[in-house]
Amino acid sequence: MSTDYAIALAEEDREIPVLEPGHDMASITAKISDIVLERPLSIGWVAGVMFCSAIVLMLGTAVTYLFFKGTGIWGINIPVGWGFAIVNFVWWIGIGHAGTLISAILHLLRQSWRNSINRFAEAMTLFAVMCAGLFPLIHTGRPWLAYWMFPIPNTMAYWPQFRSPLLWDVFAVSTYGTISLVFWYTGLIPDLATLRDRASNKYIRMIYGALAMGWRGEARHWERYESAYLLLAGLSTPLVLSVHTVVSFDFAISIMPGWHTTVFPPYFVAGAIYSGFAMVLILCIPVRAVYNLKDMITLRHLENAAKVMLATGLIVAYGYILEIYMAWYAGPKSIDWFTVHNRFFGPYAGPYWALWICNIITPQVLWIKSVRRSPFWLFIISLVVLVGMWLERFVIIILSLHRDFVPSSWGMYYPTKWDWMTYIGTLGLFVTMIFLFCRVLPVISIFEIRMLLPESHVHPVGAHPVDAKHAGAPQLEGKH
Amino acid sequence: MSALSGLLAEFESASELVAAAKTTHRSGYNDIEAYSPFPVHGLGEAIGFTKNRVPLVVLIGGIVGACTGYGLQYWVSAITYPINIGGRPLNSWPSFVIITFELTVLFAGLSAVAGMLALNDLPRPHHPVFNVKQFERASQDRFFLCVFAADPKFDAAETRRFLEALKPISIADVPDE
Repeated sequence: MSTDYAIALAEEDREIPVLEPGHDMASITAKISDIVLERPLSIGWVAGVMFCSAIVLMLGTAVTYLFFKGTGIWGINIPVGWGFAIVNFVWWIGIGHAGTLISAILHLLRQSWRNSINRFAEAMTLFAVMCAGLFPLIHTGRPWLAYWMFPIPNTMAYWPQFRSPLLWDVFAVSTYGTISLVFWYTGLIPDLATLRDRASNKYIRMIYGALAMGWRGEARHWERYESAYLLLAGLSTPLVLSVHTVVSFDFAISIMPGWHTTVFPPYFVAGAIYSGFAMVLILCIPVRAVYNLKDMITLRHLENAAKVMLATGLIVAYGYILEIYMAWYAGPKSIDWFTVHNRFFGPYAGPYWALWICNIITPQVLWIKSVRRSPFWLFIISLVVLVGMWLERFVIIILSLHRDFVPSSWGMYYPTKWDWMTYIGTLGLFVTMIFLFCRVLPVISIFEIRMLLPESHVHPVGAHPVDAKHAGAPQLEGKH
Repeated sequence: MSALSGLLAEFESASELVAAAKTTHRSGYNDIEAYSPFPVHGLGEAIGFTKNRVPLVVLIGGIVGACTGYGLQYWVSAITYPINIGGRPLNSWPSFVIITFELTVLFAGLSAVAGMLALNDLPRPHHPVFNVKQFERASQDRFFLCVFAADPKFDAAETRRFLEALKPISIADVPDE
């Protein structure tokens, strides 16, 4: 074996740091806050916002016409009463899950690499929950009556049915949205204070100052802040697992073939995290390139996200295989056998097999290390996975509804242009929000990146000079 | 220039600040505060802060949330709007578990944030330390220790000499507005 080859191998196995060497507190602060405070408006940003806002206008048109005419403009009808609206709702809410996983679960597990991507991922969660929440609202067809879903005393003297999973969903999603918002805002407070103190324009300083609420970084403040943050992480962890579980109850508690199964809750949660990490990668890869953040969002982050995708993708594959196994176990005369047969060879066999290719087969290339470290390929694979996860929800919802127990009630579902306009419109809304977020708030948590520096660790004064080895930060190799 | 509100010493690193805070607290100053751009391990202890009530607030919030969640569902389903479905019990508790859980998390989470802010006396737009020019680096890369004039041991000249012995980068008067 030649020496060159050995060196190349060693380079391949090198542990990539979470934060590239050469940073100190001032440089981190300046680099992240200057994206907001100093960087001039770029043509790319303006063009991007204009394009995405045009798509939001299309969403507005579609929704206005919907409120004018009713849900008849969509492709839904009996037997398929849950069309694109519910497919898109489940897809969006699933995407949000990765943000909470990164910010809460990885915080509890003390995974310090999360510090560079949690702000970003939490913003993604919020915007995804916004897009998700839109669908059940407009699916009612009469959104001005949406308050009927909430336990509010009213002149009709009725109350909601608390035994219905659909009502559980109202509580789960609204709690999730609220907690995600306060978690995100709490994480932002110290960074808003940094922006306040660095802003040179008086009015910008006032806006960030008001948002920072007078944060001074007192030791007492930090102590309470850290315990509040830790407790929020602890509360968000079961919450995020409960949200997609409750979404899966919407299906699993009914008696529809293909829905009535106990594997749904874990398999929905895994699928949610799977699609969420795909979205994190799709957003991270361009942002780290455009804003030159490759030293803070390193290949290590991309690789870790790819590993999570691979693991959750395998859980999803287990779910698909288990559905087939259960049908086989129930026997050829069972409705489950028919449902699987209909998926394999029925009129929607195309989406079903596309789902296998997108969700199960393609991501297996993530076993290869060089693919996991290639932003280009990760971007492509993430797009494929997002399409696959959308198809999964399409298969679950449409294929079960269109052919159930009685052949006389069978039918087909075809989305209309209004379905597509609404779906693509929410994609535009999501990307517009991301554009605005990158412009007005720090995309990376500044104070948590400071904590990755060796000099942030306290050691007895005089005993040792600032030294990464004694400061106990082994992941920050190459600091010397 | 109005009355003196305290003296603010500026330090280069977290370790120096912790050491200085410990010395100051041990020397009998109680009304002191340390400022850092990120949470520093052991700094709260160094200035004598031990009573963190945030966990208690969150516990109370969670209990109130759980009672609200179950109470709401019980009252609606069993008392004010009972619907007999196939003779099943009105207080069908397994169906109520999920919303009880969600409201527990909601109340606990909101009380974590609200409790943290309230105990920290935030929002508070004005504070004497903001009058010191170099304090704007407290949220960026510098570490500060403030001895407030309200401390019984405080004496403008004496305390300044004491702080100088701790070798800070600078010492500033904190004017009272």
